[in-house]
Amino acid sequence: MNFNLTKTQELFRQMIREFAEKEVKPLAAEIDELEKFPAETVEKMAKLGIFGIPVPTQYGGAGGDNLMYSIAVEELSRACATTGVVVSAHTSLCMAPIMEHGTEEQKMKYLPKLASGEWIGAFGLTEPNAGTDAAGQQTTAVLDGDEWVLNGNKIFITNAGPAHVYIVIAMTDKSLKTKGISAFIVEKGTPGFEVGKKELKMGIRGSATAELIFNNCRIPKDNLLGKIGGGFPIAMKTLDGGRIGIASQALGIAQGALDETVKYTKERKQFGKAIGQFQNTQFQMADLKTRVEAARLLVRSAAFKKDSGVPYSADAAMAKLFAAETAMEVTTKAVQFHGGYGYTREYPVERMMRDAKITEIYEGTSEVQRMVIAANLYK
Amino acid sequence: MKIVVCIKQVPDTTVIKINPVTGTLIRDGVPSIMNPDDKGGLEAALQLKDKYGAHVTVITMGPPQADLILREAYAMGADKAILLTGREFGGADTLATSHTIAAALKNLEYDLIIAGRQAIDGDTAQVGPQIAEHLGLPQISYVAGLEVKDGKYIVKKETEEGYQMLEVAGPALLTVLASGFKSRYMSVGGIVEAYKKDVEVWGVEKVDLPVEMLGLKGSGTKVYKSFTKGVKAAGEVYEVDAEQAVDLIVSKLKEKFII
Repeated sequence: MNFNLTKTQELFRQMIREFAEKEVKPLAAEIDELEKFPAETVEKMAKLGIFGIPVPTQYGGAGGDNLMYSIAVEELSRACATTGVVVSAHTSLCMAPIMEHGTEEQKMKYLPKLASGEWIGAFGLTEPNAGTDAAGQQTTAVLDGDEWVLNGNKIFITNAGPAHVYIVIAMTDKSLKTKGISAFIVEKGTPGFEVGKKELKMGIRGSATAELIFNNCRIPKDNLLGKIGGGFPIAMKTLDGGRIGIASQALGIAQGALDETVKYTKERKQFGKAIGQFQNTQFQMADLKTRVEAARLLVRSAAFKKDSGVPYSADAAMAKLFAAETAMEVTTKAVQFHGGYGYTREYPVERMMRDAKITEIYEGTSEVQRMVIAANLYK
Repeated sequence: MKIVVCIKQVPDTTVIKINPVTGTLIRDGVPSIMNPDDKGGLEAALQLKDKYGAHVTVITMGPPQADLILREAYAMGADKAILLTGREFGGADTLATSHTIAAALKNLEYDLIIAGRQAIDGDTAQVGPQIAEHLGLPQISYVAGLEVKDGKYIVKKETEEGYQMLEVAGPALLTVLASGFKSRYMSVGGIVEAYKKDVEVWGVEKVDLPVEMLGLKGSGTKVYKSFTKGVKAAGEVYEVDAEQAVDLIVSKLKEKFII
């Protein structure tokens, strides 16, 4: 048993922390305020290889591991949760399924450009009538000669618009229920594929979240990912990995809010002393710190298991559930500690509290995480 | 083009505190970093590598922990890393340090040696220039810009008044300002590879000098005492107009025999 990061992971943490502090943090408020996709930061991250962390070098990636990827999302989100989720959705929801289920040709075609950040990736599963009940897919894909014809709508898709490559889940045979669901790779610019309206959100406002519209969208037969009818397990496995990313995002938000609150409660004086000197503050902060560390251990343990090649589905669900609820609790209390100032946009905890909420909802709500954990418990 | 960059691991003095009783640095919990000007020097070398192609070697003298900044240098893009370490080198001042590094550099081929202007722990700015003297090389200090033209180095040197543009043929030594070369981040791929590469460890056998010239023995400086300045009493505040202020300041200075 060893709880230490490897030297490589530690060196990586040092780099990404510095990058997040210097390049990401100064833009966080503006990105939020203007609901602006952080295109400049994406370019900088691409140059450093942040979009290809766990991708093997033969596919143009950095050859790192999922733990490094988790640290990246954590540290980026500590500064700006929007920036964190851009990397998370790209890595976990688009590159990972191609790495895990793609043919050699698909890997060679898509991974180098995705890993270099030249292309950004996205994933489309959710539909207006298929949220938590993801099996109720209404988007259809019908084979017509050498092409699949896609029809339907996907909603709440992270990176929709800036992304070039979309993993799209669709029904290929409704009579087979979940076994009639397949996964496809769709590229931006394909006729019949459009990105719809951008959602106006409570938090992670710089992240591009939009609808995908497929209207007789024809894609090559070879763009089927995995086997016909194999889409549902691909989607579920992809979400397992994605949960490590979102858990890392939630952890980063929580850590960021905790750090801001330590700083503030050292400076803010009431009744003649810093509010951090009051035992009420200290006890609450001690509890929050303990929760954040517990979340970190769950997140790192899930990432470590994925890297070790052992089942990690329940671990990822526990990490995501706990980290998301921790992020919500820490940010809510952080605002409380900041008092009136915390309710204004002058201090970052206001943004962090709005950003934290989504981590309890996307890539499986907290209720879904409990379902996954319980299903593993009672199987 | 073969470039050697001299780098040093230093405590991050932006977070360091001094023990007011002993006058020594409190190093507990203080991160060790690559000295900022040295990082600028490495960046200068890597920019030449990007533009013209070059082989960049980094060398540091220090304890085994200094391995960390060599890994960082690899992750930024250095091609070879050397750790010069040994008990004999301990306690060296700038003179002994420059003798040791200069002697070690004799084992390497180079067209250019780059060092940081000064380290944030000692702030002497002496080691780079001393190495140049020991090796009989032309040197340009306070370098804020660097190009190569017709096989010569076009160097922008910062002075108090402005800049001087100088030309020098290699081999030469430059001491570089961090402000002139915004250092790149380590790349993710570079980080993954950094610990797979070898760091050459050189001991006293690579330094052809009598042992009396090394470490504490070879140091011309002896530290008698170090201390922090005590906090003085609060100053006096006067709110007066400009003319009165001049008279007031002059009288105060006279009172204290400063003028």
